[in-house]
Amino acid sequence: MSSELVQDYTVVQGRAKSFYERFERKPELQHQTHFCPGCGHGIVHKMLARAIDELGIQDKTILVGPVGCSVFTYYYFDVGNVQAAHGRAPAVATAMKRSRPESIVIGYQGDGDLSAIGAAEILHAANRGENITVIFVNNAIYSMTGGQAAPTTLIGQKSTTTPEGRRSLTEGYPMHVSELLATLQGPVYIERVGLGDNKQIAQANRAVRRAVENQVKGLGFSLIEVLSTCPTIWKMSAVDAQHWVRDVMEQTFPLGVFCDRTKEARPRRELEAAPSLDRIPGLLGVADQELPEAAATLSEAVQAIDLHVRVAGFGGQGVLLLGEVLAEAGLDAGLEVSWLPSYGPEMRSGTSNCHVRLSSQTIDSPLVTSPGILVAMNEPSLRKFDKSVRPGGWVIYNGEEFPPDCVREDVRVLALPFTQVAHDLGDARACNMVMLGALLEIAKGLPQASIDAALGRLIKNTKWLALDERALTRGRELFRGSFPEV
Amino acid sequence: MTETPQKDRGLLRIDVDECKGCGLCIEACPPKAIDMSEHLNHYGYRTAVYAGAGCTGCGICFMACPEPGAITVLRAVMATAGVVPAMNTGIEGAAHA
Amino acid sequence: MRKQLMKGNEAIVKSAILAGCRAFYGYPITPASEITEAAAEYMPRAGGVFVQAESEVAAINMLYGGASAGVRCMTASSGPGISLMQEGVSYMAGAELPCVIADITRGGPGLGNIAAEQSDYHQVVKGGGHGNYRTIVLAPHSVQEMADLTALAFDLADRYRNPVVVLADGFIGQMMEPVEFSQSAVAPHLPDWAVAGTAASRGNLITSLFMDIDDLEAHNRNLEQKYRCAEQLEARAEEWQTDGAEIVLVGYGIVGRILKAVTAEARADGINAGVLRPITLYPFPKSSFQRVAERARVFVVVEMSNGQLIEDVRLALNGIRPVEFLGRAGGNVPSHEEVLGLVRDLARKLSQQSEPAIEQDEERLANV
Repeated sequence: MSSELVQDYTVVQGRAKSFYERFERKPELQHQTHFCPGCGHGIVHKMLARAIDELGIQDKTILVGPVGCSVFTYYYFDVGNVQAAHGRAPAVATAMKRSRPESIVIGYQGDGDLSAIGAAEILHAANRGENITVIFVNNAIYSMTGGQAAPTTLIGQKSTTTPEGRRSLTEGYPMHVSELLATLQGPVYIERVGLGDNKQIAQANRAVRRAVENQVKGLGFSLIEVLSTCPTIWKMSAVDAQHWVRDVMEQTFPLGVFCDRTKEARPRRELEAAPSLDRIPGLLGVADQELPEAAATLSEAVQAIDLHVRVAGFGGQGVLLLGEVLAEAGLDAGLEVSWLPSYGPEMRSGTSNCHVRLSSQTIDSPLVTSPGILVAMNEPSLRKFDKSVRPGGWVIYNGEEFPPDCVREDVRVLALPFTQVAHDLGDARACNMVMLGALLEIAKGLPQASIDAALGRLIKNTKWLALDERALTRGRELFRGSFPEV
Repeated sequence: MTETPQKDRGLLRIDVDECKGCGLCIEACPPKAIDMSEHLNHYGYRTAVYAGAGCTGCGICFMACPEPGAITVLRAVMATAGVVPAMNTGIEGAAHA
Repeated sequence: MRKQLMKGNEAIVKSAILAGCRAFYGYPITPASEITEAAAEYMPRAGGVFVQAESEVAAINMLYGGASAGVRCMTASSGPGISLMQEGVSYMAGAELPCVIADITRGGPGLGNIAAEQSDYHQVVKGGGHGNYRTIVLAPHSVQEMADLTALAFDLADRYRNPVVVLADGFIGQMMEPVEFSQSAVAPHLPDWAVAGTAASRGNLITSLFMDIDDLEAHNRNLEQKYRCAEQLEARAEEWQTDGAEIVLVGYGIVGRILKAVTAEARADGINAGVLRPITLYPFPKSSFQRVAERARVFVVVEMSNGQLIEDVRLALNGIRPVEFLGRAGGNVPSHEEVLGLVRDLARKLSQQSEPAIEQDEERLANV
């Protein structure tokens, strides 16, 4: 080229637009970074800033910064900035992207942050295939805290916590994050690059841009692992550190693409369009017009109702449903009600019980410690609660023989083989409704219409509804047969 | 700022206040057109300085440098063509390595 | 508004969505799982986000992200999960991010059991994470309050830019009662401090990091001022038959309900009893205690713990009235009968004592 032809010069490589002109969030030396001379973070920052510039996404970008030497990403990047807790950037980024799918969310993490304390978060964000970009800077050491061993520390590498060098026997092996994550089906792109020489840096540049571009296209989870330098902790010159990446680190952490599903990946579905606000009560099932109206005025008989009921039996006997029908009927009749179950593993097997209150007055305590009516669907349940029944109360017991030692003079008992009765009606499982029928004869004031309404709301299967209605009627008949005077 | 108005294909500007003297650009520069200064800057670093000639404008030093704006790479605008040679992204320049 | 029977855990979610909550991040745990399940069902219907996180640590950090993006968001857990979330709660308080956390308590320490206990009081009310921060804590005692206080929680969280906890026990979460909901849904809005991936929010920063010691001190002072303001404005309590009550029963959550039943019987016996039920556990309703203390002769704190709330009651009363305690743990509930027994004993003792000198106490009260 003839030098005489040169007329002028124009900038081809310079500070990225996505960097602040001056680092005003930095307390001092606002014209340069806080990184040590030769630190790889600065180089990776520039790659990222350049990708943001080239893709024209500065306004849309949210950078989630880590804990570690690169904690101050917000000093430098003129984008939306969020600083996450140690290891948690993938969780933070997940939520930001999910709620703001139009934004470009980039997580930036070091190897202590991502592969140790944040191992679970990165694994699951990758596995969910979150449409985010993660820049993972691996320099095989905890730098900010002064050079402790990381999961990525090389075998034999000295650190302040492996003073004799890392031994696999005691500290395990260098963790291959890219290979590990590439075994998952979630990610679309995972590549390990290095800062070991010009060629590696050029490839790293391409990879970083690609990982961001994947997100712009909506393709899914991309992670770029960058083998980076820490001249200070490694106690090397910047140039020797660069060579160490290429000559030593790369032996443990081979460069390359570990996962590329960008060709198969389809742009991800964004959030469903939000319904208009006026539709929300309806969508939640709480819109007034879809709810039944409770009785406006209470008849004298309803007014007099004050039930303290305990229902107990084995899981699967319909203990909770019995109580629920009763409470629902009470609500329909215009009463105050409460229903409180026993819960936990015992509701899946073993014993189950619930407390039901119906009253025309405000219900103070929903706990029924001394029931007026105990519905005991088996003997163990009877024995558990029989002594708690208040004097003058009732026990409805599922069994022909009421255990003689449970007999109390101050409590009335209806003991019948309710399971058999239900079986004869068509299904033994309707036992709970036969017993409820008997109970309703004690709680006389509750209108049949409210009971029908409650059954209609809770029993959706028409076959079962018909059976349960028969069961309730049968229960009422059995009670009247035993206690015609009540 | 050091800027030497040579009629090379490329030109470097190095901000000696931002430069921390790590030497990565010197290592990276294919035509070896960057030197380390003899004297210290305001912050006590020896800094990179353009040798004054030989820059091809490849941009590799820019990407090797960890500071956002310590290095600015310029390219010649040709009087005959009136256009700037294609912008170097640093990627193609890797062929120099 | 019409009422329907609903579990407390379901009411929380519906109320949250009506309050403009559009993101839920949770991890299953008994007895809070129904909240996460209901959120999985209803949040997407409202155009919101639901993610079942890999852990409570991840869930709370997802809240950090959601809140940073300016979305009203929520999680729910129980004691062991709340312990894990304390990291994120501290970060959110530090970064001044609003969120709502439902803690449906169970038995502890450790794995404890799944029965209802109130032993999360210290970790929730006193702030279980690191640093000078507080969480606003609301304690519902009915399904209706589960709904109402959840809606309030979102408003307080936004007003104070701080995490708010709805602290309920397993009973309140699992119980069904009639509940009515607001018929108008709150529109989600984007706060001006949020980082939303837009040109307008590009300059925003969410962080709890203040490297400069003076900056961090100033930040702490700001937080403190905010908490003082909440103490002035947000303390809430229910005073139930406390007018002229000599024996004041104190309890929150399900215990508050038991105490009301006990009071009704005690009054039927001619015992002058009432209930003071803190609704906000932080800010603690000190002034309610001081007002009621003017007439009361003894306070009885009833808890499903070995005594955690009682510390705040004693601080509020500053020694001017005796404070008795009845606590059950492990999932046992202080029974109506045992509380009533204690009340009767105290009434007997009081009848043998002369009235305390109230005038001298007023000065001490003023200094509380």
